Amino acid sequence: MKKIKVSLIYPAGDVSKPITYHLVRDFNLVINILHADISLNKMGKLVLDIEGEEQDIENGLKFVEEQGIKYKLFTKTIIWQEDDCIHCGACTAVCPSNALSMDKSDWSLTFDREKCLICELCVKSCPLNVMCVSI
Amino acid sequence: MGYKSFDEINEKIRAGKAVVVTADEIIDIVEEKGLKQAAKEIDVVTTATFGPMCSSGMFINFGHSDPPIRMGKVWLNDVPAYAGIAAVDAYIGATELSETKGMEYGGAHVIEDLISGKDIKLYAESYGTDCYPLKEITTYINKNNINQAFMFNPRNAYQNYNAATNSSEKILYTYMGTLLPQMGNITYSTSGQLSPLLNDPNYRTIGIGTRVFIGGAQGYVAWEGTQHNPEQNRGENGVPVGSSGTLALIGDIKKMDRRFIRAAVYEKYGISMFVGIGIPIPVLDEEILKYTTVRDSEIFTNIYDYSVQKRSRPVIKKVSYAELRSGSVEINGKIISTAPMSSLKKAREIAELLKQQIRTGEFLLTQPVSNIPRENRMSSLDVRGESNEKD
Ligand code: SF4
Ligand code: SF4
Repeated sequence: MKKIKVSLIYPAGDVSKPITYHLVRDFNLVINILHADISLNKMGKLVLDIEGEEQDIENGLKFVEEQGIKYKLFTKTIIWQEDDCIHCGACTAVCPSNALSMDKSDWSLTFDREKCLICELCVKSCPLNVMCVSI
Repeated sequence: MGYKSFDEINEKIRAGKAVVVTADEIIDIVEEKGLKQAAKEIDVVTTATFGPMCSSGMFINFGHSDPPIRMGKVWLNDVPAYAGIAAVDAYIGATELSETKGMEYGGAHVIEDLISGKDIKLYAESYGTDCYPLKEITTYINKNNINQAFMFNPRNAYQNYNAATNSSEKILYTYMGTLLPQMGNITYSTSGQLSPLLNDPNYRTIGIGTRVFIGGAQGYVAWEGTQHNPEQNRGENGVPVGSSGTLALIGDIKKMDRRFIRAAVYEKYGISMFVGIGIPIPVLDEEILKYTTVRDSEIFTNIYDYSVQKRSRPVIKKVSYAELRSGSVEINGKIISTAPMSSLKKAREIAELLKQQIRTGEFLLTQPVSNIPRENRMSSLDVRGESNEKD
């Protein structure tokens, strides 16, 4: 089993295609939608976690391409240098997916990597340069 | 009824018998025991804050070189310091930018590096005089080979502060962090019910000469802070709604610890410095104790629209810290998420540490030599000609 993170860029007018349905049914993949920015007749963007056998993932992505939809694999990851973090919370102000949030019991920062969209907004908003991108 | 004095409290501290609790803990204690009983039992309440405080900086005396130089212009790691004082004294402000690295590195970083024990490059220029012939010097300094290095922060420990949002269409980069368009978020600062001046709203015990915890060292309140604005609107409980009182603080850099002083860079705004401050409040009487029981739900501030680039920005909503801390605030039916800018976790750590230091006799209290003003209206800067001042 393998897990990848991918963003699909739908050209305008194509957003009605049932892509995720086919990925699940025809290619036996487990899909988790992390972020969706889709409106009719406009360009759309979908960020997915895809889990499955390597071959199935490959076939699935080929299918996506055949439908005229571009995809981009996330190769980067966000690294939280926890030891240097002062838990101010400034990064939580910009995180669109709640991957960064404050633990209300002790007001420490928590980072849920699974939810991260690798949008990199936190990298610049951290006043201590504690969030960074690894390639 | 059993009022205590500073001396009596210090006697108890010296004897290791003082009862010290944090401003978070006192709330439940008073609720349980009642004000009268708690005032008898509790001697000191500790408060703290750890937030970005731009109005900070350091005085430094380098010692004399041979031949000596009257430093006219000084740079520390390429960050300009102000040297229009005596021959080898300078002041470096936290927000000053490096001339080579720009917004990446500034005065606050120089201070943090010095505290960490790193070598700092000193470059100074002079016009040369009979007694100070040298015209230029390049050398390295660190905290062990300079005379004095003390923080002098003109405006710290703001008694309450605004919350911020942005109603415009574009993203805003501010000292209140990144504000997303269309009121995409709300940011706020201060440690609320743990914050020093919110626990002594009328400055009865915190005044000039009060010993404080600053950046890991013991320092003092030197004066009222700049923009000290005690006449801010106050609630029925005496707590100001929005930014009001401030403190000028002083402390020995050589004794500070990087855990409690950190340089900060705000995207497209500039440099600031997180300063860890802890202030003990002696329980001299019931009234003082009562003020320390203030809760987040009783402290209010205004959310301002930072997209309006004017001195007086429109107030979007008045909210309590309990609402801000809940993670979201409702504005016109829309749920907007909130984010803190100052670290409550670190503030709690400081309040706890100060509590331990007082309990073990390491930290004694001082009685203020003078109060900071309770009346003082803030002036604004108007653009005018030489002779047309308005009242
Ligand atoms: S903004 Fe930076 S220092 Fe503050 S909580 Fe986030 S990662 Fe930590
Ligand atoms: S990159 Fe940062 S801001 Fe973006 S989703 Fe991940 S943690 Fe949140």
